[in-house]
Amino acid sequence: MNLESALLKYEPIIGIEIHAQLNTKSKAYCGDGNEFGAIPNTRTSPVSLGHPGTLPKFNKEIINHALKLGLALDCEITRWMHFDRKNYFYADLPKGYQITQDKTPICRKGQILIRLENNETKNIELTRIHMEEDSGKSIHDLDPFNTLIDLNRAGVPLLEIVTEPVIRTSKEAYEYVTEIRKLLRYLEICDGNMEEGSMRCDVNISIMPIGSEKFGDRVEVKNLNSIRNVQRSIDYEIVRQAKVLDGGEKVKVETRTFDAPSGKTSAMRKKEAAHDYRYFPEPDLNPIKIEENHLIDIKSKMPALPNELFKKFTENYGLSNYDALVIIEQKEIAQYFEQLVQFTTNFKTAANWVMVNIKSYLNQQAIEINSFPVSAEKMGLLIQMIDENLISNSLANQKLFPEMIKNPNEHPQSIAEKNDWISSDSEEELLSLVTKIIDENPSESERLKNGEKKLIGFFMGKIMKASNGTADPKKIAQILNKSLSQ
Amino acid sequence: MDIPESLEEIQKKIKNGECTLVQICKEYIQRINLSENNAFIEVFEEEALEKAQKIQSKISANNAGILAGMFIGIKDNICYKNHQVTASSKILNGFESKFSATAVKKILNEDGIIIGRLNCDEFAMGSSNEKSFYGPVKNPCDSKKVPGGSSGGSAAAIAEKLCTATLGSDTGGSVRQPASFCGVIGYKPTYGRVSRNGLIAYGSSFDQIGVFAKTVQDTNLISHVISGADKYDSTVATKETHKKDIQSLQKKIKIGIPEEYLNFDNLDLEIKNRLLNIVENLKSKGHEIELLKFPYIDYIVPTYYVLSTAEASSNLSRYDGAHFGFRSTEANDIESTYENTRSEGFGMEVKRRIMLGNFVLSSGYYDAYFTKAQKVRRMIADKTTQMLQNNDVLLFPTTPTTAFNIGEIKDPVTMYLQDIFTVHANIVGLPAISLPIGQHSNKMPFGVQLMTNKFKEEKLFEISQFMMETFYKK
Repeated sequence: MNLESALLKYEPIIGIEIHAQLNTKSKAYCGDGNEFGAIPNTRTSPVSLGHPGTLPKFNKEIINHALKLGLALDCEITRWMHFDRKNYFYADLPKGYQITQDKTPICRKGQILIRLENNETKNIELTRIHMEEDSGKSIHDLDPFNTLIDLNRAGVPLLEIVTEPVIRTSKEAYEYVTEIRKLLRYLEICDGNMEEGSMRCDVNISIMPIGSEKFGDRVEVKNLNSIRNVQRSIDYEIVRQAKVLDGGEKVKVETRTFDAPSGKTSAMRKKEAAHDYRYFPEPDLNPIKIEENHLIDIKSKMPALPNELFKKFTENYGLSNYDALVIIEQKEIAQYFEQLVQFTTNFKTAANWVMVNIKSYLNQQAIEINSFPVSAEKMGLLIQMIDENLISNSLANQKLFPEMIKNPNEHPQSIAEKNDWISSDSEEELLSLVTKIIDENPSESERLKNGEKKLIGFFMGKIMKASNGTADPKKIAQILNKSLSQ
Repeated sequence: MDIPESLEEIQKKIKNGECTLVQICKEYIQRINLSENNAFIEVFEEEALEKAQKIQSKISANNAGILAGMFIGIKDNICYKNHQVTASSKILNGFESKFSATAVKKILNEDGIIIGRLNCDEFAMGSSNEKSFYGPVKNPCDSKKVPGGSSGGSAAAIAEKLCTATLGSDTGGSVRQPASFCGVIGYKPTYGRVSRNGLIAYGSSFDQIGVFAKTVQDTNLISHVISGADKYDSTVATKETHKKDIQSLQKKIKIGIPEEYLNFDNLDLEIKNRLLNIVENLKSKGHEIELLKFPYIDYIVPTYYVLSTAEASSNLSRYDGAHFGFRSTEANDIESTYENTRSEGFGMEVKRRIMLGNFVLSSGYYDAYFTKAQKVRRMIADKTTQMLQNNDVLLFPTTPTTAFNIGEIKDPVTMYLQDIFTVHANIVGLPAISLPIGQHSNKMPFGVQLMTNKFKEEKLFEISQFMMETFYKK
């Protein structure tokens, strides 16, 4: 049985829970620093250690983060909410309970548009988003005899984003997680780094015979540290579950972990048979009321979101879907592009410069666009020079652009002038240049006239050299052809 | 050496040069060391003496805080930086706090001296102070009797004059009930008046730090100092604290009496008669008395025990042997660490309440118990507000009886019913005070309770002062 044959017989039902660590300065309920990678147990205090007599104090920054995401995802915002305690014992949960939201999540419903092949789109509906705190980390593989606990992460604020069971393919899952991550980054509330665990995914997946209306028994897959692995684990589970059902057995309701090297999932060690989390309202924190003014304020500060930009880039600027998607993939690149088009209306050329020249320079240097030395205004001037035939495209690409990176404060035209790169666009001048080169190379011109086409390159090179590279190769070719055919 | 009972007199004596703060400190320490009632678990001897010396010079220089001259003992569930705090439980044996409770910090800022920590029922669960890892506390009025609980050590210390004032905590009556049994003043502030930061949690929506003292002035003064907004506790009100001086009563007052409390079956007849006698006296002075209906008396104890144990079961989860405090020697993996540490570390009463709390929160029972109790809590609150609408205070007994014998009550439910008159204030979060204005023919004292509206501490102290002047007999 492979994926293809499994999908002929069964329909997968997939729901995803995403935990996004918020990039607030301090933790959710105390002043400890919130940063990844610090020396274990150095970002702790009596509160995050759960010492007797300590109380949580809510970090209000979290509300703004949650509201931004809720608004971006078109959610219903809960106006009056409280926190709940989720009780369970684990060594990386020092209080013995997690402060979360059970009955009154800050956001309900909502949706996000994903793009599939052939320009198809799909709305993924959300169930809820709620605020909670992260646990510490249990490290099982560092010491052969003991489990080590790092409580730096204990109390780091999280948003949990839960979808309805509306995802049907691993590709949809891939696109959904990608879109959510993009959004988190656009909103600047989470860095979306799955390897460091600042964004984590749990996938719920079941399969049912095609045509059936009753969902199958559900498996939860954890430990997915990349979006690619979200997709891989789903594909693996579909086949695995199909085999189980085909074998006449029932899929066991359980939590499984994904092993990236083998691409397989396996059942996790059982913790407790049936968890009863004994949720109840957190008495140490006051309920929160979201005022209308607060919401209006957050709305007014929202950045342009990827889907809005997509619409603008394709409809207003006439970019292709592909180009638009490449540019909006990263907020900062999209912002640069937006600045750039303030200085040129040649949107397609602007998009090309951003997607090709600038991006490859950034990749080469391994830097972000924020460190790119040339301002959008100067790039705009460069595009203008090309449009006005002041410089040939190839010279602009190969010579002027690298020189602008070296001298980002200088006007591109003055750089070009200094280096004698300005196109001599007078036909007359070009014609005399061409005539001169033909005259200097009589035998070659004779051979070319007799049909030895490969000699075009020889003449083009000579002429370009004589023009100091400023001549437009297209024009030279035209003039050369004309002269030789006379 | 004789130490006056009130701070005012102590300060006067020191100002007059009749004695020094160090002498007073030494006298208290000696009394504590000689006491056989087991009220103090630990005396911070050296440190108290050192502070006494320093504050004495501040007094001489006229720049001392308003609590200068006061020696205060704290219940063993209130944190004091770099000092042990165990909630009188084996499970925290040897644990030292890394920070001071906000109330303690405020006392220290006003030059009060923390002289030691006081015995209590384990995790403040109990009404007799028999359930302590450090053994029972004896009632200074009669050593065969319990001092009440859970702040038994805090009450006994004042009755025995081992310090000037003490802090306790009151979740269901743990300050007022022992105050009644020991013949001292015991006061529970409005919920949200005093920061709970540094108070080891039992029932978070009920817990308040309370004050024991000999005089209303001192109770008022300490309450004034420890009250107020705190960045570490979001449930504390930002309202301005009450004044540090008590106004004398000018107007006639209106007093409401919940009839059901007066007619409670198990209310000792002498206590009832004393109450009636007080009421007659007040009437004769022109104060207004109104008998009120309070139909929820049967629900008050069950509501309290459902909600407080639910919160407790969660609050006490952190004592698991993994991170701090006691760990069983039979801890081999995570399961056995939890199981053996908690089995060995908690006493029977604490375990009972954890089990009860987990039960009422478990799925399938949550609505029948927790949700219902929350609803009843709201009904009781509404009714109480209504009862206080036309009255300045409600007056009723603090305890149904005087102190009982150590070992006398074995049935937990009988013990829980000791709280019948005190849990009311905690359920609705109102301020209440027990005044030692009753003396039984059995030679034991008993208290009379006043309760008023939220944040009306000023009025409560004003009326308390008047009541003490009128009815207190030394």
